[in-house]
Amino acid sequence: MEVAALFFMTSGLFLGWSLGANDAANVFGTAVGTRMIRFTTAAVICSVFVVLGAVVSGAGATGTLGKLGSVNALPGSFMAALAAALSVYVMTKSGLPVSTTQAIVGAIVGWNLFTETETDTGALVKILSTWIASPILAAIFAVILFKLLTFVLRTTKLHLLRIDAYTRLGLVLAGAFGAYSLGANNIANVVGVFVHATPFTDLNVAGLFTVTAVEQLFLLGGLAIAFGVLTYSERVMRTVGEGLLPLSPSAAWVVVVAHSLVLFLFASQGLERFLAGQGLPTIPLVPVSSSQAVVGAVLGIGLLKGARAVRWRVLGSIVTGWVMTPVFAAVVCFFGLFFLQNVFGQKVYREVSYVVSPPAIERLEQLGMSSKALGELANRRFETAVRFRRALEARADLSADERRLIMEYAEINPMTIDPERFPTLARGGLSPAQSEAVRALAGRTFTHKWMLAETLARASPEWRFLADEPLNRSRNRKLQGRLDFVFRTFRVD
Amino acid sequence: MALPRNMALFRSTKALERDIDEFLDNLSQSGLVFKQAVHVFLTEGPTEEFEEKLRRVNDLESRADRLRRSIETEVYGQTLIPESRGDVLGLLENLDSILNDLEGALWNFSIETPDIPSEFRKDFETLTDTAVLGVESLVLASRAFFHNITAVGDHIHKVMFYEKEADRIGTKLKRSIFSSELPLSHKMHLRQFVESVDNVADGAEDVADRLTIYAIKRTV
Repeated sequence: MEVAALFFMTSGLFLGWSLGANDAANVFGTAVGTRMIRFTTAAVICSVFVVLGAVVSGAGATGTLGKLGSVNALPGSFMAALAAALSVYVMTKSGLPVSTTQAIVGAIVGWNLFTETETDTGALVKILSTWIASPILAAIFAVILFKLLTFVLRTTKLHLLRIDAYTRLGLVLAGAFGAYSLGANNIANVVGVFVHATPFTDLNVAGLFTVTAVEQLFLLGGLAIAFGVLTYSERVMRTVGEGLLPLSPSAAWVVVVAHSLVLFLFASQGLERFLAGQGLPTIPLVPVSSSQAVVGAVLGIGLLKGARAVRWRVLGSIVTGWVMTPVFAAVVCFFGLFFLQNVFGQKVYREVSYVVSPPAIERLEQLGMSSKALGELANRRFETAVRFRRALEARADLSADERRLIMEYAEINPMTIDPERFPTLARGGLSPAQSEAVRALAGRTFTHKWMLAETLARASPEWRFLADEPLNRSRNRKLQGRLDFVFRTFRVD
Repeated sequence: MALPRNMALFRSTKALERDIDEFLDNLSQSGLVFKQAVHVFLTEGPTEEFEEKLRRVNDLESRADRLRRSIETEVYGQTLIPESRGDVLGLLENLDSILNDLEGALWNFSIETPDIPSEFRKDFETLTDTAVLGVESLVLASRAFFHNITAVGDHIHKVMFYEKEADRIGTKLKRSIFSSELPLSHKMHLRQFVESVDNVADGAEDVADRLTIYAIKRTV
């Protein structure tokens, strides 16, 4: 991997570092602040479990963030992560508890605006609604847990010292779970913008197992977070203690568990599979703000004790920070990209143009679209997504779904199956059948991603997507990852 | 690394719980021995049996002191119960001062050997019994503070009751003493002993007041 690629990843690592520095306090802050656990113990547990969570369970939430805006050039990723990191830094210096999630989402939107790429409103709506849902959910969990805990404590009549010892143990366990959930859910914030522009390739370890490019990203991001925890989080932890509401160690335990449950819910693919298997509605996998979850949980307990105990002004400043952060990040990213592109001559995005080509028209007509509407758009070239969308919107006879479909099928991605790139292919973790299918296409050129995808699907069942049901989503996600890898490998720039 | 430390934590927690229990036992026993000692003194005078009981209370008080210091060291050394340790150690210190009151009163009996006329003995006994009941209730309240916070109030109100009773009996006793034909110096000497026993009940009430606050703080 070249030096330039390494350099561009540094902003992501910086973002990871600041996430670790700020958010570790959400997990262990009260425990360390009330001196129930030593900082060193907390830091080590936090680091280990954050990395574990990121690598093992990071894929779900990252996928959703990737859908929000596909930052497809490394310098672009660099600026997005840098903008987010700067926002976090500025907000932290101003004393406002900040959400890394909101910063990165703001930065991605900023990138979308600059490159005139479509912001996937579906993904954006999903993300925003979870921002609202997560603190509420955390509050509900906190209230239930708190009531349960007080009931148990009252009935078991344990000695004060025994309760203290159990609480310590509980805080350690809850903290480990919290760190895992933080890694699983928030790694998306740190490396999400690098997924589509990753300089990594899959790594085969001694022929035993493969570490995919994405997993390597997660590991690197996780390590950056861990580094942030170890080097800077102590300062933040010491000040978190009494922020919103004075908490007893038992209440602190409730807050950590409620927070961790919420983050885990919004990150767990395992849970998604389980729910789908039972025929229940699944929870969207979205990066969620750790700080918001904690505030929600603390508020829940505060309301239980009577609203007077809560420091409402602190809450006000928190909400202000939450609104300002994405806006600030979007603006910084936008101008940063401008500088990066025009002053430093870096390619911050890979142009994606759109042509409603004959094959695309044919496929769209098969899907039931009117040939009249399509005929008028035929063979016209649109340089950016925004211009294409405007042209489509100008036509009143197209529904939103139809517009989206047309954009998907009209997207131009020149790819040539160049045999010289086959060695790279070998590192993609493809199955033998999948690899075989790709090699069989040697020398051929494709203009659209879907054409290559369909050709491969015809050649081998292992390239076929299963029905879009919750039970299949995990497999489909993996398959999409493999496809994206093939697209990237044979891209003609 | 965190787990082995927690194992050691649980062991030392159990040991500390035992220490606190033993401390409270000492206080309780001191009260009972005090009652017996005063009874012996009133019926037989400063006999060997009385001196033996005095020594017993002395030992209990020394042991309680050592326990309290060891508990304090453990709690701070292991940074246990950071939220409540100020209150817990304060409580133990206050209870210790009651032990000192009991011991001090017995020493006074031993050194000054008051001559208590028989007509005052019954009231003296009742006063002593009432004061010790106050101490007993305080011990129960303290145990509840550690095990069963909601029961603390049940015992605290009894401490207040016994303190009022002790005051009443003490006043009645003093009136009888001063309306008798004894010389003034004798009357004043006897008054001091009435007051030193009454002080035990008063001390118990003071501690009970503080304990009420500690208990409220814990339930919030």
